[in-house]
Amino acid sequence: MKLIPCPICGERAEIEFAYGGQAGLVRPPPTATEAAWGAYLYSRENPKGALRERWRHIHGCGRFFNLTRDTVTDKFIP
Amino acid sequence: MKFTFDGRPYEARRGDTLAAALIRNGVHLMGRSFKYHRPRGVLAAGAEEPNALVEIDRGGARRTPNLRATVVEVFDGMVARSQNRTPSLRFDVGAVNDLLAPFLPPGFYYKTFMWPIGAWAKLYEPLIRRAAGLGRAPDLPDTDRYTQRFAHCDVLVIGAGPAGLAAAAEAAAAGMRVMLCDEQAEFGGSLLSDPAAAAGLHETLAALFANPRATMLCRTTAFGIYGDNLVGLAERVTDHLPDPDPALPRERLWQVRAKRIVVAAGAIERPLVFPGNDRPGIMLGDAARIFATRYGANPGRNAVVVTACDTGADVARDLAASGVRIARVIDLREGFRVTGTSGRLRVSFIGIERGGAREKIPCDLVAMCGGWTPSIHLYSQARGKPRFDAALGAFVPDTEVSNLICVGACAGDMPGAYRAGIAPVSSEGRAFVDFQNDVTAKDLELATREGFRSIEHVKRYTTTGMATDQGKTSNINALGIVAGALGATIPEIGLTTFRTPYTPVTFGTLAGHSRGDLFDPVRTTPMHQLAVAAGAVFEDVGTWKRARYFPRAAEDMHMAVARECRMVRDSVGMFDATTLGEIEVVGADAAEFMNRVYINAWTRLAPGRCRYGVMLGENGFVMDDGVVGRLAPDRFHVTTTTGGAARVLAAMEDYRQTEWPELRVWLTSVSEQWAVIAVQGPRAREALLPLVDGLDISAAVMPHMSVVEGTFLGIEMRLFRVSFSGEMGFEVNVPADYGHAAWEAISARVGACQGGLYGTEAMHVLRAEKGFIIVGQETDGTATPDDVGLAWAIGKAKPDFIGKRSLTRSGMSGPRRQLVGLRTDDPATVLEEGAQITATTDDNRPLGHVTSAYGGATVGHSIALAMIESGRDRLGATLQVRMPGRAIAVRVTAPVFYDPEGARLDA
Amino acid sequence: MDRFSLARLLRQGFSGHSGWGAQWRAPEAPLAAYDVVIVGGGGHGLATAYYLAREHNIRRVAVIERGWIGGGNTGRNTTIIRSNYLMPESAGLYDHSMKLWRTLSRELNYNVMYSPRGVMMLAHNVHDVQVSMRHIHANRLAGVDNEWLTPAQAKAFCPPLNIGGDLRYPVLGAALQRRGGTARHDAVAWGFARAASALGVDIIQNCAVTGLARDAAGAISGVETTRGNIATRKVGVVAAGHTSVVMGMAGVRLPLESYPLQALVSEPVKPAFPCVVMSNTIHAYISQSDKGEMVIGAGTDAYVSYSQTGGLHIATQTLDAICELVPQFRRLRMLRNWGGIVDLSPDRSPILSKTDVPGLYVNCGWGTGGFKATPGSGNLFAHTVAHDEPHPINAPFSLARFDTGRLIDEAAAAAVAH
Repeated sequence: MKLIPCPICGERAEIEFAYGGQAGLVRPPPTATEAAWGAYLYSRENPKGALRERWRHIHGCGRFFNLTRDTVTDKFIP
Repeated sequence: MKFTFDGRPYEARRGDTLAAALIRNGVHLMGRSFKYHRPRGVLAAGAEEPNALVEIDRGGARRTPNLRATVVEVFDGMVARSQNRTPSLRFDVGAVNDLLAPFLPPGFYYKTFMWPIGAWAKLYEPLIRRAAGLGRAPDLPDTDRYTQRFAHCDVLVIGAGPAGLAAAAEAAAAGMRVMLCDEQAEFGGSLLSDPAAAAGLHETLAALFANPRATMLCRTTAFGIYGDNLVGLAERVTDHLPDPDPALPRERLWQVRAKRIVVAAGAIERPLVFPGNDRPGIMLGDAARIFATRYGANPGRNAVVVTACDTGADVARDLAASGVRIARVIDLREGFRVTGTSGRLRVSFIGIERGGAREKIPCDLVAMCGGWTPSIHLYSQARGKPRFDAALGAFVPDTEVSNLICVGACAGDMPGAYRAGIAPVSSEGRAFVDFQNDVTAKDLELATREGFRSIEHVKRYTTTGMATDQGKTSNINALGIVAGALGATIPEIGLTTFRTPYTPVTFGTLAGHSRGDLFDPVRTTPMHQLAVAAGAVFEDVGTWKRARYFPRAAEDMHMAVARECRMVRDSVGMFDATTLGEIEVVGADAAEFMNRVYINAWTRLAPGRCRYGVMLGENGFVMDDGVVGRLAPDRFHVTTTTGGAARVLAAMEDYRQTEWPELRVWLTSVSEQWAVIAVQGPRAREALLPLVDGLDISAAVMPHMSVVEGTFLGIEMRLFRVSFSGEMGFEVNVPADYGHAAWEAISARVGACQGGLYGTEAMHVLRAEKGFIIVGQETDGTATPDDVGLAWAIGKAKPDFIGKRSLTRSGMSGPRRQLVGLRTDDPATVLEEGAQITATTDDNRPLGHVTSAYGGATVGHSIALAMIESGRDRLGATLQVRMPGRAIAVRVTAPVFYDPEGARLDA
Repeated sequence: MDRFSLARLLRQGFSGHSGWGAQWRAPEAPLAAYDVVIVGGGGHGLATAYYLAREHNIRRVAVIERGWIGGGNTGRNTTIIRSNYLMPESAGLYDHSMKLWRTLSRELNYNVMYSPRGVMMLAHNVHDVQVSMRHIHANRLAGVDNEWLTPAQAKAFCPPLNIGGDLRYPVLGAALQRRGGTARHDAVAWGFARAASALGVDIIQNCAVTGLARDAAGAISGVETTRGNIATRKVGVVAAGHTSVVMGMAGVRLPLESYPLQALVSEPVKPAFPCVVMSNTIHAYISQSDKGEMVIGAGTDAYVSYSQTGGLHIATQTLDAICELVPQFRRLRMLRNWGGIVDLSPDRSPILSKTDVPGLYVNCGWGTGGFKATPGSGNLFAHTVAHDEPHPINAPFSLARFDTGRLIDEAAAAAVAH
């Protein structure tokens, strides 16, 4: 069980958090093309390496925040 | 102390392991191997033991298989049994496998048993399954308790041998919070078999025990290292006690978050691979020494020590000092080779050869000293990458792991004399590598000939290293043999992964208290006890207990539900709706937020009015629904489904924080703050009127779909005029602490109006008669608002809302399944929920399925809702509901069976 | 290929097993060119190669494997086989596989130990019962066996199961697929490898793909590997959790996310659990291997990862559920706990599809349930690669569905894990 650094509460155990998936997805307007909308919904980087991702301290302060993690070592990258 | 083994009584000394006690009693035959059922004694003296597996029976459910006799501590009255033998350990019919061994090479089962088709599962597999397995699984529910603790420390030291003790003492002296754990019953590790070390050990331990910042855990195995220095420890609390305090758990799981980890796990001696190396009486040199010196249980009278390093000399010296005659020390470095052994149930001779000269030496103990393998399991689990040390003949820690160090023997730090390299192998005959799984050197060589070249393949094909000892004594020897067979080096062959746990961990220890009602929190409403008192039958909805129906004497569910439905239609019923999720959406931009989250338009909803809201996922499919009341221009009281409450709030919060941070809006879950009592039926107003402190709840002032704040017998109240039953209805919200009192007060009034309680089942029937959907029953995560007849709810003028874009994807066009009603010819026929519907009985293409089906308590005929392809175009058509062996003709109707004009809602 | 048989086993027994040769050829390096290169030597990739050779007569095929064959999810899963899926498309796909399982040992001349001992999926609440009944009706109409058992019938079929009132979530019944069961995972990989090799397929282990080459028109022209470049016009990527990485080499981004999935086994005991039991509501999956180990599946970890390790809390939650359902197993002990990397698609259904890149095909997204589909997946993917056109059974499992929204959303439809 990892420790996750919440910007408000500090390091807490993983079970206090909800994972929010890849960060930085831009929600297209309703005029978006089918392909652009499909990509927003489903296409993901899924890198083997650094991943910018969202977390939420759902069982704590409730705050969403972004972190970068190496998906091979699971270590957060400052 | 007295104990029995296979029914025979023996005596033991305090501190004995079962293996030590049996050896002192002259019992060397302790088990049968997995595959060939060969007679076996102990190989080792610790947790790495592959052979001596026993069952300990404490009576009733407290019977545990597969325990290592070298770890089990004897207590007075212990009942121990051998395993995997029929009828007895000495005469085991399973040993016929040993005679058939020439025909049972590794992987033999992949090459045969294929004829005829289906015979594997019916004929061969049951035979193989019966022959396989080791001990017998317990057959009664475990009555013991298990607990769990979390702990933090500055330094966690794993292993209390000389290196671990030194590390712990130093850290403790520096004022750090130290935890020291050791898998054995006593601290000291190898010092325990060294009489000269006793005084120093005592002194070190006394200082540590006296230190309040040191936590000392014996009988505690560090079984795994997880992310960010979380270490799992399994503590055996009472298994060694004859009559444990019932207040104590059997075992305890520790999850320790350590700033630094010191691994001082020591090293495990390797057996030598020679023909007949598996007879009882042939054991590791260090094990023989431990039995003799630490336990005073000489494992033989007449020993031959076979060694590949200087360990042999030390073992011979210590055995001799304990009174064991040393018949010979055979040093393989001097060109000797072991040609074989004899003795059926215990070794009696060992054959050796050098330069063509053969010799048979009588003995009753053979001590094997094949060099040492550092225990790098935990280091490797922590993602350290070891390197191969050829002089040692083993892998040692190499790359650094942050906040973890290995010290002592597990770091490869051991005297040069103990460094052996990998010992030579004599693979003619049957020379065992993995003792428990009966894998021989020849088996490994055969696997390489058959093309299994990766060590992982060899392991899986031969099962070497996959027994309950996980290859602690066998892996390096196997690597050496495979490397030799392939003409490769050991680093080229690679190392198999070190998986958790280090030694097996009891399921119950990992599960802890989690059982029954502690498996998952039980949520009940403030009125739960009143429902219990009223005889409710409950159902689980998410983590909630909800009253399903309230049977009276002799009523079954069908009768009770029918009565409850009639009651609501005829007079008034009350229903606990507390489990619905409730969220307050507050702020200057609350209406705009609602516009974006729900498909509906909210801007023009007047304060004091309610609207049925529908929420989609971004994929365009219905995710949740519920009535929303606008309390003020900047305040909405949102209700969600029971199961969807947490999901809806999480989704809303996601958009609020990350997508539209500019909106001035706040979200608060108030599900726990309100008790909600639905009062539904033509006499609902009459029932409530005396309770609402003069509030005008007439139809003129408080029409259907309105909300007002007032008081209920002096208590704060939010009163909704809403209906999920099709009747005039109210939902009384009072603070949760008053739910019980409010329920009692309403109950008295409802009773006075010839009404009573109804449960979720009647609620389902009543709403189905009205064609109201239940998210998760009519919808299934693939239904759009239009599919379930809710297109009218979409705010057409809104530029965007969650899921809007998805509704116009090309895949959403074409014939879609739509909500309709179904009528059967026979009004008494109730369809089955989930039943599939086709156009004709000749056509098996499903058009849809029955989503809800009930007897129809008040409409005079059975009713059903269904999702049918292009259903709204099929109104009036006859379709077939396909049941086993028959079909039921149904007529497609509109989904509203009761009061289609809605006149009763407005009463 | 030397035939395996009891007679040969006996003959070899008398001659010290000196006559067994390598089960598959293991060329050190690939040839310069192949008709088809399959990236990924797991069960699905090896099966694809086998059926390309066997059914489509394409024998110049190489299977490129980064590590050792069958070392990924093929060798890490809990080996459950069933086909009682809700959507007609899914049931069709998995039942195609189920039919191949029945005769697979004979087909491959390798005993894969397919054991149709029955898969029982428990219902713990009213909603579960409704979902189960919908599955049963849908399956029956589609000719896929699946039947409802009362709690007492479930207990009779699986005597160790706790159906008592002390359960937090009582057993209200179960859906049983009698043809469901298990098979020996390693044998599936080895059996396909041996049979494919005998038909001429080259299996190259310890060979990682480093690039996918495309010609001026954008079509696939070759594969770059750590053991040299290969010219080919067709590449089938079957790389499970690493599919995103390999497809990224061709500039193709997929709707996949890779998660760790854990499993564990107990120490071996004598036969004590006769069938497969799954509970999606409390997340427990258990069967007993022929060796005697209780094989237990856990859930995925919460976040995308390639680390192949998971948190202790995932394993403990799984054992919570097992100890609820089979409380006598609380005294059994966890022997091994491991993780794999599973590639999850948005609708939890697989992708067996052509791509926008001519000559590039992908077979992925099997998530937590790919083992059961191994033969069918290989069979259909081979068809897709050979004909440059999907087979009707796998046509719905296209990449395009994520743009159009025509998903095969088994998970949403049933809240059922695979």
